[in-house]
Amino acid sequence: MPSNSKNSANRRKFLKLGLLSSVSAVAGASILSDFDAEEQFKASGEKIKVLTPDGKIVEVDASNINKYPEALITPAESRKGIPNRKFVMVIDLARCKNARACVEKCQKAHKLDFHEEFMKIQLIRDNEEAIPYWFPKPCYHCDEPPCVTVCPTGATFKRDDNIVLVDNERCIGCKFCITSCPYSARLFNWGHKEKFDDISQPYSPETGIPAAEGTVMKCDFCPDLLRQGELPHCAKACPMGVIYFGDKNEDIVTNGEETVRFSQLINDRGGYRYLEHLGTKPNVYYLPAVNRQFPLERGFNVDENIIERYEDVPYVKKLKKLGKI
Amino acid sequence: MNVINRKRELVNEFSPMLEKAGSAFKIWTGFLIVIIVIGLYALVLQFQKGHEITGMRDNVVWGIYIINFIFFVGLSYSGAFIAGILHFFKTPWKNSVLRIVEIITVLSLIVGPIFILLCIGKLDRLHYLFLYPRIQSPITWDIIVIITDLIGCFIYLLLTFVPDFAILRDSEDLRIANWRKKLYKFLALGYRDTKDQRKRLKKITRTMSAMIIAMAIVAYTVLAWIFSLTVQPGWNSSIFATYFIIAGLYSGVGVIIISMYVIRRVYKLEKYIRKVHFIGAGIILLVLSLLFGYFTFSEYFPRWFSHKIYDVSLLKDLFSRYFWEFVLANYLGVLIPIAILSVKKFRKIKWITFAAVIAVLGLWLNRYLIVVPTLENPFVPIQDTRPEFIHYSSTWIEWSLSFAGIAAFFLLFTLLLKFVPIIPIQGIIDTERKQEKNDKKKFKFLAE
Repeated sequence: MPSNSKNSANRRKFLKLGLLSSVSAVAGASILSDFDAEEQFKASGEKIKVLTPDGKIVEVDASNINKYPEALITPAESRKGIPNRKFVMVIDLARCKNARACVEKCQKAHKLDFHEEFMKIQLIRDNEEAIPYWFPKPCYHCDEPPCVTVCPTGATFKRDDNIVLVDNERCIGCKFCITSCPYSARLFNWGHKEKFDDISQPYSPETGIPAAEGTVMKCDFCPDLLRQGELPHCAKACPMGVIYFGDKNEDIVTNGEETVRFSQLINDRGGYRYLEHLGTKPNVYYLPAVNRQFPLERGFNVDENIIERYEDVPYVKKLKKLGKI
Repeated sequence: MNVINRKRELVNEFSPMLEKAGSAFKIWTGFLIVIIVIGLYALVLQFQKGHEITGMRDNVVWGIYIINFIFFVGLSYSGAFIAGILHFFKTPWKNSVLRIVEIITVLSLIVGPIFILLCIGKLDRLHYLFLYPRIQSPITWDIIVIITDLIGCFIYLLLTFVPDFAILRDSEDLRIANWRKKLYKFLALGYRDTKDQRKRLKKITRTMSAMIIAMAIVAYTVLAWIFSLTVQPGWNSSIFATYFIIAGLYSGVGVIIISMYVIRRVYKLEKYIRKVHFIGAGIILLVLSLLFGYFTFSEYFPRWFSHKIYDVSLLKDLFSRYFWEFVLANYLGVLIPIAILSVKKFRKIKWITFAAVIAVLGLWLNRYLIVVPTLENPFVPIQDTRPEFIHYSSTWIEWSLSFAGIAAFFLLFTLLLKFVPIIPIQGIIDTERKQEKNDKKKFKFLAE
């Protein structure tokens, strides 16, 4: 497989140069949009300037960067993580209106079926007086992940860059991780599906494709995109800029439109982590649903089947009675 | 006493059980095999179509398979515990029940782990547990202790069988197949019942009996930890390991009483398994039912009293959706045995057996209520439209495999009873020998 080895050689070369990450650049958003237009780099020999993690600007052959989407990160390689990164996500609950763009984009990218959601939108109510709010829930990629502790084979693992991944070629399907995750972040493949047979794309824990029957899967923070300096699918897809993503080491997060200091955002907006008292130390933070940009009802502009999910929430019953949904 | 003559006498007495297979025996084993075959058909279906055909889904990822697993391993553990204690403390009336207890111990430890295998999504990767073991996972601990326990129990069972195998090997007029004679010879390990051998065997058996008590406690503790080491509201409890140990003993003594009753009836062993055995076991069951009730109360009462929201939603489910199951498992399953066993008038063989049946059924339901409702009440509320993802309901595949497991337990038990005498012959002789000695002493004392 000469082409494959060439790809990985290219990738290593690039790793040596340091990773290009949109969030590492001050003008994050503009570089991000450059990356969306991949064709720009097709011309071989073209040099582009990138910023390394230690702050140097270096010139790289554009073709080196372009190899990323095709470069296969093997299960063994995927255990290492992207050097010098500590990925973190911030979800701004005040802006979420259950548009479900994040869910749909994620499902498309990970080849998930209608009900298979790595990102789930819950309707959460903190107390009886409060109006519920939309609550996007990915995997929290905890620093003390209960799922990793209980896995008997090391099929799920914690990387240096904060990401918790599942290697479905190692998973024996005991489901202990599912019962130990307090956030219900994990899904199991209960039966065989045709899409599992599609091996046009070789399996990598970083993409989770193709999934396999009898194994566990979950949100992976899209490390394949992170390697290319792009935001995860959910953050890119959100029309409201609800999802900020970035690097804790550099203290920067971006939602694609604005780039802010992570610590400042958390301090100014009262950021918190869900079920903090469990001690799992999630790497996903929430900004409370204060000064909401949309009334809750706007979130019911979705499929009837989706609305039915929330019927047990008392407030929804009230809204239905009033004819607002 | 002429030991050789007495041995021949006893072999003659037990030979009908070992020699011929009557029509009742054939019908019974045929019936069990039919159930097992249905189970195997269900297993093939589960392999072909995946776990989709079970009732398990993303929230309730473990169903009645794991409940059967806990139940059978609990039986085994309590069998080991009771056998060890009976042996270790030289209980006078132990001989008649010891073998029943030991057989239950080993057979349930063979059947139990099969159920955990049914839960596993990728059975073809089972060897990964040994290829890539991670010692911090409670599942790895569980594998280590169950394998250790299984080996320990096998050795112990063999040790208790050796003298009887030797007796059967030496009884030439026993009408059995040649291969069985050869097998007896092999399994008797050259035991000749010399004084020295007898002494040595006694010593090893005693050591093993102490060890299997320890192993059993460790094994069942680790099993309880599979649940209690997670953060889930219904599981994360510091008394879980002790609670499981008491519950396991409760069901174990129940199953022992039921087996005693059935074996006594079927093989007409009224001479050996007497009322005193039932009353003894019944009183142990009474103590255990009190303890079990106390532990159950201690488990739920603080949750109800402190009413943290996640506990409240679980309890709400237990008292509404699972109301009858909860009443049957945790009220009637405890109170009926207590009511029967604490009244002297009711301490009759039939009533004691009835109490044992209630205790065993109640305990199985108790396990169900520990596993399923907890998984149906996660921290993040389930917001789904697919009913099978919200509530667990087991399918016929799971039930037929469960019954196949129970049938396999009975079948192995029945076959084993064809192979070894249910009452240890050597044990009878030892008891009689001791009695003779005591009589002699008494006689000497009187003569003086």
